[in-house]
Amino acid sequence: MTTADLECLELSKRFGDFTAVDQVSFSVPSGTFFSILGPSGCGKTTIMRMVAGFLDPSSGDIQIKGKSVLDVAPNKRPVNMVFQHLALFPMMNIADNIGYGLRRQGLAKSEIARKVDEALDRIGLPGIGKRKVEELSGGQKQRVAIARCMVLEPDVLLLDEPLGALDLKLREHMKIELKSLQAAFDTTFVYITHDQSEALVMSDQIAVMNKGRFEQVGSGRDLYYRPQTAFVAGFVGESNRWRGKVTRSDAGGALQLTTEAGLVVTGADNGRGLAVGAEAQIFVRPEAIRISRKQDELAHFENRMVGKVQSLLFNGAASRAILRSEANGDDIEVTLPQSGEFADLTRGDDLHFGWSGEQANAFAVEAD
Amino acid sequence: MRAGAKLGLILLLMPLLLWLGLLIIVPHIDMFLVSIRERIGVGRYQISPANYLTFFTEPLYLVTFMRTALMSILTTAITLVIGFPVAFYIAKVAKGRLQSSLFLLCLVPFWVSELVRTFGWMILLRETGIFSSFLQWLGLVDGPVEMLYNDVAMIVGLVYTSMLFMVVPLVTTMESLDDSVIEAGYDLGGSNLSILREIVIPHAMPGIASGSIVVFMLSLGNYLTPTMLGGKDSLWFTELIYSQFIVRFNWELGAAFGFMLLILSSIIVWAMLKVTGQTLEKTMT
Ligand SMILES: Nc1ncnc2c1ncn2[C@@H]1O[C@H](COP(=O)(O)OP(=O)(O)OP(=O)(O)O)[C@@H](O)[C@H]1O
Ligand SMILES: [Mg+2]
Repeated sequence: MTTADLECLELSKRFGDFTAVDQVSFSVPSGTFFSILGPSGCGKTTIMRMVAGFLDPSSGDIQIKGKSVLDVAPNKRPVNMVFQHLALFPMMNIADNIGYGLRRQGLAKSEIARKVDEALDRIGLPGIGKRKVEELSGGQKQRVAIARCMVLEPDVLLLDEPLGALDLKLREHMKIELKSLQAAFDTTFVYITHDQSEALVMSDQIAVMNKGRFEQVGSGRDLYYRPQTAFVAGFVGESNRWRGKVTRSDAGGALQLTTEAGLVVTGADNGRGLAVGAEAQIFVRPEAIRISRKQDELAHFENRMVGKVQSLLFNGAASRAILRSEANGDDIEVTLPQSGEFADLTRGDDLHFGWSGEQANAFAVEAD
Repeated sequence: MRAGAKLGLILLLMPLLLWLGLLIIVPHIDMFLVSIRERIGVGRYQISPANYLTFFTEPLYLVTFMRTALMSILTTAITLVIGFPVAFYIAKVAKGRLQSSLFLLCLVPFWVSELVRTFGWMILLRETGIFSSFLQWLGLVDGPVEMLYNDVAMIVGLVYTSMLFMVVPLVTTMESLDDSVIEAGYDLGGSNLSILREIVIPHAMPGIASGSIVVFMLSLGNYLTPTMLGGKDSLWFTELIYSQFIVRFNWELGAAFGFMLLILSSIIVWAMLKVTGQTLEKTMT
């Protein structure tokens, strides 16, 4: 087994009584794009700052290329960080920004100039070395901030929500750019974000974090299709959800849930072993729900409902409709098929819809 | 409507124009006119450069002038060297309650008048003062020592008086430096010294310039501190001006001195801006 570039072992950080990071362990193999995804305040930045050396962990260990770095000062660690607001040096021009770390390593002037030019080429901004920081656009600053770290050839590059300050369009563009920059520099990236689409698009591995703990670590596909906790199911991707008591449970994992309103939903607990009488939550993805104008087309689904189109959310290929169930007035989000069959759907239309029990993921509701 | 707006503008600008005109421009024009006339009889004057010639030919005047300038620059430099770490600590290291109380501590001495403040130093430094007694008690000296009435005491007093005017602009500019920029410096391998030199000082430059200018002008124009703490050899140029106006009743020479002081401070302020690479507009915002 090759040693991981970055490995955290039971890392914890407490601020007074408050535990910001709680026994987090993970390992990032060399050359991969690892994301930490979680809602605001869950402790992502705190992990990052411990890895970069700006915070001392309360307990646990951080190893880079197999060696503990706890005793290594931030300016000596083989990791570099792209800050949330980039933190470019406004008092220097672009070339001096990128060359800062190289100057600190005591490289010769000509060598620094060569490396800086090379880095500017890499990020696709040749010849801007003489410009001032404020003369660049948001996306260009972004790339300079990455180049400033990458010229130092760190073992691990940490990125703390680097796209947060950009507008939507540019963010979409930078997602792809970042991924290709990672390939170009061939470095291990640890990326933190609260935006699941950023994590899903770019990462090889994603850790979903909640309240200081890792809920699940896996590929985007794993997290999306096989969430292991209710939090992951709710946080990654869109879901319709119902909450109620388990009223029937098969050995095979199929179960039935009855909501307070009396609706019966069939789902699967995927080995989580939910017993009859337990409080549970069922998550169904909008694209798992089929719609039809004829009832008999949906006869093979365990879950069937009738509803009226409440609103249409047109978004090209990802267009959705919100249906209001006739039985109990729940609003249910469904993805419209791309076949064009429902292109003429309008508000108020009656539709049948249904989904199979396997597509409905059930989780125990945690007592809190 | 347009005429009304114009009138409104004029009325709005009036206080400023009055202040500029009555308190700055008119007195200076008048002072200039006084400085270039020479008394040739009772109540009879003629235009002549005689006062300026006196200034340049009398060594005492010229030496005092240069000494005052150099001492003021020295005071400014010392204030900067002491004030910079203090300001850095207040702006970047101290947090919350500590930060505001430290800032307040810088302000406290200014609740009493300059006279009382300077007198405080006299109590500490005079022959029978606290420092002298303390040194005797320690057995470091045999008899009482006089620490007043010399250049060192005077500069100590001037630095003390000016400190706030250096610390405030420095704290303000340093607070605007994002912590993450400093952290980025460390992250990229910077040492304390290189971060200070390449990041903190360049960022604080406008504050350094405006603090230095204010402290320099305050020192140059100070009268009280040099008079009370300085010795007979540490004559300050303002004392010369005072004696011409009040003691000798030679307004012509006094006005010429005043004008030389204005020119001197303008030149040095200009030089400071050049050295720090700032413009007046940048430092005043
Ligand atoms: N120095 C500190 N002292 C006390 N509490 C802190 C400190 N730093 C962070 N915290 C707390 O730790 C928790 C995690 O903070 P952190 O900055 O890691 O969140 P985050 O996941 O990065 O959130 P965001 O997405 O909003 O940046 C927060 O509840 C925060 O209030
Ligand atoms: Mg954060």
